[in-house]
Amino acid sequence: MTAMSPAPEAIVPEPDADKPEVRDLRSWLPTVRDTLLAILLALAVGAFLIAISDDEVIEAIGNLFTYPGSFFIYAGDILRYSGQAIWEAYSALVDGAVGSGSSLQRTLERSAPLICAGLAVTIAFRAGLFNIGATGQMLVGALAAGYVGFTYDLPPGVHLVAAVTAGVLAGALWGGIVGVLKAQTGAHEVITTIMLNQVARFTVLYFLAKDAFQRPGSDNLLSPAVADNATYPTLFGLHLGIPLALVAAVGVWWLLERSRLGFEMRAVGANPDASRTAGMSISKVYISTMAIAGLLSGLAVTMILLGLQQSVTDQVVGSVGFDAITVALLGRATPLGTVLAGLLFGALSAGGLGMQTSAGVPPELIQVVQALIVLFVAAPALIRGLARIRRRKKTATAEPKGAAA
Amino acid sequence: MRLEIKGLTKKFGSFTANDSIDLVVEPGEIHCLLGENGAGKSTLMNMLYGLLTPTEGEILLDGRAVTFDGPGDALAAGIGMVHQHFMLVPVFTVAENVMLGHEQTYAGGVLNRSAARKQVRELSDRYRLAVDPDALVEDIPVGVQQRVEIIKALASQAQVLILDEPTAVLTPQEIDELMGIMRELKAQGTSIIFITHKLREVKAIGDKITVIRRGKVVGTTPPSTSEAELAEMMVGRSVSLVVDKDEATAGAPVFTAEGITVIDPRGHMVVKDVSFEARAGEVLGICGVQGNGQTELIKSLLGLIRPDAGRVELDGKDISRHGPKESLAAGIGYIPEDRSHDGYVGAFSVRENLVLDLYRTDEFSAGPALKLDKIAANAKARIAEFDIRTESPDALVSSLSGGNQQKVVVAREFSRPLKVLIASQPTRGVDVGSIEFIHKRIIAERDRGTAVVIVSTELDEIYALADRIAVMYDGRIVATVTPDIPREQLGLLMAGAAPEGTEVAS
Repeated sequence: MTAMSPAPEAIVPEPDADKPEVRDLRSWLPTVRDTLLAILLALAVGAFLIAISDDEVIEAIGNLFTYPGSFFIYAGDILRYSGQAIWEAYSALVDGAVGSGSSLQRTLERSAPLICAGLAVTIAFRAGLFNIGATGQMLVGALAAGYVGFTYDLPPGVHLVAAVTAGVLAGALWGGIVGVLKAQTGAHEVITTIMLNQVARFTVLYFLAKDAFQRPGSDNLLSPAVADNATYPTLFGLHLGIPLALVAAVGVWWLLERSRLGFEMRAVGANPDASRTAGMSISKVYISTMAIAGLLSGLAVTMILLGLQQSVTDQVVGSVGFDAITVALLGRATPLGTVLAGLLFGALSAGGLGMQTSAGVPPELIQVVQALIVLFVAAPALIRGLARIRRRKKTATAEPKGAAA
Repeated sequence: MRLEIKGLTKKFGSFTANDSIDLVVEPGEIHCLLGENGAGKSTLMNMLYGLLTPTEGEILLDGRAVTFDGPGDALAAGIGMVHQHFMLVPVFTVAENVMLGHEQTYAGGVLNRSAARKQVRELSDRYRLAVDPDALVEDIPVGVQQRVEIIKALASQAQVLILDEPTAVLTPQEIDELMGIMRELKAQGTSIIFITHKLREVKAIGDKITVIRRGKVVGTTPPSTSEAELAEMMVGRSVSLVVDKDEATAGAPVFTAEGITVIDPRGHMVVKDVSFEARAGEVLGICGVQGNGQTELIKSLLGLIRPDAGRVELDGKDISRHGPKESLAAGIGYIPEDRSHDGYVGAFSVRENLVLDLYRTDEFSAGPALKLDKIAANAKARIAEFDIRTESPDALVSSLSGGNQQKVVVAREFSRPLKVLIASQPTRGVDVGSIEFIHKRIIAERDRGTAVVIVSTELDEIYALADRIAVMYDGRIVATVTPDIPREQLGLLMAGAAPEGTEVAS
């Protein structure tokens, strides 16, 4: 309200429109700092694990205890070998994630479904719902998209749209069930989504055993591959699902921040009683939120099924459905954050592969690092405690400035 | 015990909540601390009770400087506090609540309940509190629960007792009883710091009155100071304690309730066959002690709960099947009794809260999209019109003071044409300055021809606004009276006494 007087016209939205962005940025700084610290800390713990599981380091430690007389020699060895092992592993990680065109491609391919499923968790979060059901929503989405993809023979473009639509609608239906149950009976969405994950898994298994879903001449629970016309076309080595994930993120942002429904979702998520008093329909919000979440999960699985892996199995979702929860948590339930977190997890996953092949580090390490990131993000007090040590030094120099102002 | 506060300062970042406060509480003195919401009373008391660490200054007990690391230290030093929201376990007995935290046990860890029971009985007798040690806390009235809190403090040898807004939840009779207890405590040497923003009470009970404004002590005065002077000290400018209003020109009944009955989920009939009519250009005040069915009645009028029987009519049309959305659209303005629970979304900005029930109108949305520029312009206009003190329209409502939060709710409800305004506790927890403002707006709305229904537990508010008063007790409207009824008589009606000699209209 301070620097507004020189505005010549009565309704000039510009100064007001500018302000929130600046404020937003400032209020996000601590969050960004905490998140980066969490990532660094997790990588540090990962480095320690890499070091103590390196053969040469283990040997040097053994020598240290066997020949305590040569303490300094072996201590030096430990440091040198640790450094080597960590350097090798982490440079392989970076290499595998972004080191070359193909590794970058792999990173993006893995990020796309993570982002999209992460959005499914994010949007539910904002409406106060904890969507554990991305896995189930993705599974039924895969079933529907796959069926359309390998059963019919449609012209290019049409076939892809038909398959994606089928997957998206099936996911929306599966998510919508949760919304209806919550709105009509008050059933808690955490319970129903977990249960529906199981139902979805067995539904997929049931259908995979049917002739219509069986790959001819195979005894495995494996469907035929989807028709070429139903797969995402590639551009510069990247399939179209990847930009689609970004479009979805923009869509979710618009929905949450710019639309009536999004206003209702955020209001219901923050205070359902006040929302009801203001005349909003909580049931409508729950049902539409979960349907949209399911839709996004359905879209996510098409990025795997129609982009990479082309046939339906009960393993088609992998751990993406659960990683989506972590991605949304790390992204603080914002679309932009979810995109960034999805990219990070995609990079870690692709880089983990590189680490395994070129540095011999077990792939589990990357899962440990991912878990640690989330653990540290979820325990901000720990991170702040570490940050405070540094800030204390700073305040000593910052004080005179504050006093002058 | 003599309590002295010297230069006590508390800063939160660049914000100074308490600025060099000096205060002396002599033994056996009732010292009133008067101030608006957000003036810094709670911060000061939280420092005294060890919940906050002072930035500067010291606390002296009998001339000895003390520092508290937590409420435990404060209690051990003899400072007890009765919070505004009671800290009691409802399913425990009084004695169990009192011993909680310092349980005495026999060998083997078996609780010694009889010792606690004995202690409660002794304290209750000594200070004439009339509390049964074996009653379950959830079964006893609010006023008695408060006495349990007092016993808890006394049981830990408190010599200075802090009472934080103790009268907010009490009936007029209970307030009188509490004052009796305070005098008894004082007579036996306990000092009391009595926090309130009600001028009448301060004058009735205080030995000394210290007024705090914006974190600073404005002054300490004797109780002979006039209410107007005290209000001026509190607010920093002269305020009118009486709402200027002309005689109501009541028109036709706009809004009628007929035989409303509500049964709560536990099967209790909480609203029993309530009928009333609200007329255009008139304020109907529904008064009663909290928990006598007003909450449920109001919610059923708006459609937040379905009445189990009865009809609600607006302009002759039955709206009892309406949900809140339809009721609001039909021209009902609603100020809920608990603003943080039902009135606003704390995590939303002022701007968003100002359209919380208007966002869906054509003015603020086009198809699925919100008109952000219109919403921003609306916020600017309302903030100016209602003098909402906020750093910016983007500030979260939860960061505003209670009075400004309420102004956000009021501004929103007044920003569309109304046929009926239903306001429940419109000024609860609101500072004097804002009360004045909100009352003026309500009267202005009445004069515009809106039918106004005010539900309040505060007699001052009822007297200030109402043109007709309906008294609610035990789910029924027991009497409808005119505002010239004496305070005592109204108090008796609220307490359920038979309406003898009073004119019973309607």
